[in-house]
Amino acid sequence: MEHQRDQPVTLLDVRDLQVEFHTRDGVAKAVNGVNYCVDPGETLAVLGESGSGKSVTAQAIMGILDSPPGRITGGEVLFRGEDLLTMGAETRRRIRGAKMSMVFQDALSALNPVMSVGAQLAEMFEVHEGMTRKDSRAKAVQLMDRVRIPAAKDRVGDYPHQFSGGMRQRIMIAMALALEPDLVIADEPTTALDVTVQAQVMDLLAELQREYNMGLILITHDLGVVADVADKIAVMYAGRIVETAPVHDLYAAPAHPYTRGLLDSIPRLDQKGRQLYAIKGLPPDLTAIPPGCPFSPRCPRAQDICRTDRPPLFAVSHGRASACHFWKETLDER
Amino acid sequence: MSADGEAILEVRDLVKHYPLTRGILFKKQIGAVQAVDGVSFDLRRGETLGIVGESGCGKSTVAKLLVNLERPTSGQIRYRGEDITRLSGRALKAVRRNIQMVFQDPYTSLNPRMTVGDIIGEPYEIHPEVAPRGSRRQKVRELLDVVGLNPEYINRYPHQFSGGQRQRIGIARGLALRPEVIVADEPVSALDVSVQAQVVNLLERLQNEFDLSYVFIAHDLSVVRHISDRVAVMYLGRLAELGTDRQIYEHPTHPYTQALLSAVPVPDPGARERRERILLAGDVPSPADPPSGCRFRTRCWKAQEKCALVVPELEVPEWFKEGARPAAHPSACHFAEERAVVPPEEE
Repeated sequence: MEHQRDQPVTLLDVRDLQVEFHTRDGVAKAVNGVNYCVDPGETLAVLGESGSGKSVTAQAIMGILDSPPGRITGGEVLFRGEDLLTMGAETRRRIRGAKMSMVFQDALSALNPVMSVGAQLAEMFEVHEGMTRKDSRAKAVQLMDRVRIPAAKDRVGDYPHQFSGGMRQRIMIAMALALEPDLVIADEPTTALDVTVQAQVMDLLAELQREYNMGLILITHDLGVVADVADKIAVMYAGRIVETAPVHDLYAAPAHPYTRGLLDSIPRLDQKGRQLYAIKGLPPDLTAIPPGCPFSPRCPRAQDICRTDRPPLFAVSHGRASACHFWKETLDER
Repeated sequence: MSADGEAILEVRDLVKHYPLTRGILFKKQIGAVQAVDGVSFDLRRGETLGIVGESGCGKSTVAKLLVNLERPTSGQIRYRGEDITRLSGRALKAVRRNIQMVFQDPYTSLNPRMTVGDIIGEPYEIHPEVAPRGSRRQKVRELLDVVGLNPEYINRYPHQFSGGQRQRIGIARGLALRPEVIVADEPVSALDVSVQAQVVNLLERLQNEFDLSYVFIAHDLSVVRHISDRVAVMYLGRLAELGTDRQIYEHPTHPYTQALLSAVPVPDPGARERRERILLAGDVPSPADPPSGCRFRTRCWKAQEKCALVVPELEVPEWFKEGARPAAHPSACHFAEERAVVPPEEE
């Protein structure tokens, strides 16, 4: 996938990213060669269970990985063609916040509890755009209005704990979008919220994305949320991508047994199914990932080759790939 | 999972208010958080009753009241015809044996300093009549086997297990006394999807094997539909709607149920265009100061003057009573109206 000179450069292009954590039990390989890219206006959903490496990848992209114990051991993170991993700290700091930003799961711990939300929003404009205190305050109220916080003017001096969970998440979104970034990474932005509030927040996020034509990476474990908003999906397992596909293709016919297992294991809202399919066993210990395909111990389709040869990402069709030796058979199952 | 109609638990007008006080030396009650405010339902033998609702609706308080971890402000919970809310001492102990609880968080509900054998066997310390001292280890081994864990793990500690395995330990503890009723409060919410399916299947298998009746409390509407025979929808301390899984999911008549169902993201990208979303405005009001009349009226698009004045009772609306229509189930709305909001899957 080499870029032609006259083609527009991809917004974010992650290439063969590797991240390790040094723990008491040994070296945990949290991310083992992740590749994905996002274009302006596009939504990429990164789907995975706990420990799949989906959040660590995002932290590495944003440059907020806890290190030590975490360490990026390889790969490139190209933002508009420039590698974020090799650029100077100051250059990177300018990009982060202004050009790319992040929405976290837990707004209560991500916001500063002893600073009013207005001051936290205003600070962004003072630091990045050199606005005066008065102007930045006015901007903060505007932003709070934009994310539909009722009576924004009266609430600009309130502290995070005075807002409900949904309202706090709106403030997080306001903060992430304050400087109109090109890329937003949202890490489980609605997991802590109730469904009716989740719907409000996801709608808001999608609307703002359209308005600013941002690239959005949505990290989640919820197959429902993904189906609702994503353009394409990357499914992660044990630190690697096992399947990437446009959203409609993946739900219609998954090309990896893990994706298939996930889809079959969720209960349905529109029908009372029979027994749920349960993927047997547990995800592997990241300090001792099995040789061959890391999913092979749990895979109903595993053969000898799966236990010895690590499957690369096979191209399935345009924009689709699967890291399974038997992707054809898996695809034909449906 | 058959429900033969005989009620094993009858809950009537259950109320739990937590007083709000001011002052340290001279405490004065200045109000009350109305966590549960007049809830009535039956749990039938062998059935699973799902209770759904959002944070703060009072579903967990109902769970605590059912297992007698909290005393209600008023109302009754009748187990085999006897009101258990006023029991104490020996009589209470006997009832508690038969109504057990499984908690949400498998990380904090197991004592980290006790072995799995001690955790699962602890109920026998309190109820020694169930298992004589000599047979307890054997019983614990059997329980481990029943919930799909290796009986050899009896001397391990909780931190040596994954989240799903810990939840199995919590379930084994709940089963130890051979109860008739298990109240499970968000038992799979903390688990990953693939593990969640394992635990849901286990709960279903155990229900058949031990003839259990479940009260299954959760916020995930898909999981509740999967496991429940009947479903109760709660909002701000009251029941909004009660019916079979089909009545609630395919023929909801209460606006809150409709909004709740329409907001659930379904794992089908094709549904994006077909579905109709009801977006609710604003937040849930405070249970310390709930709205008059219907509690949902401040967020309801149908609200009229009557809704502020008259509390809607949970009963089958008059206009649905004719014929045996699926819409004919209890709904606490003055203007109950059928509306399908869950998009069926396209095959």
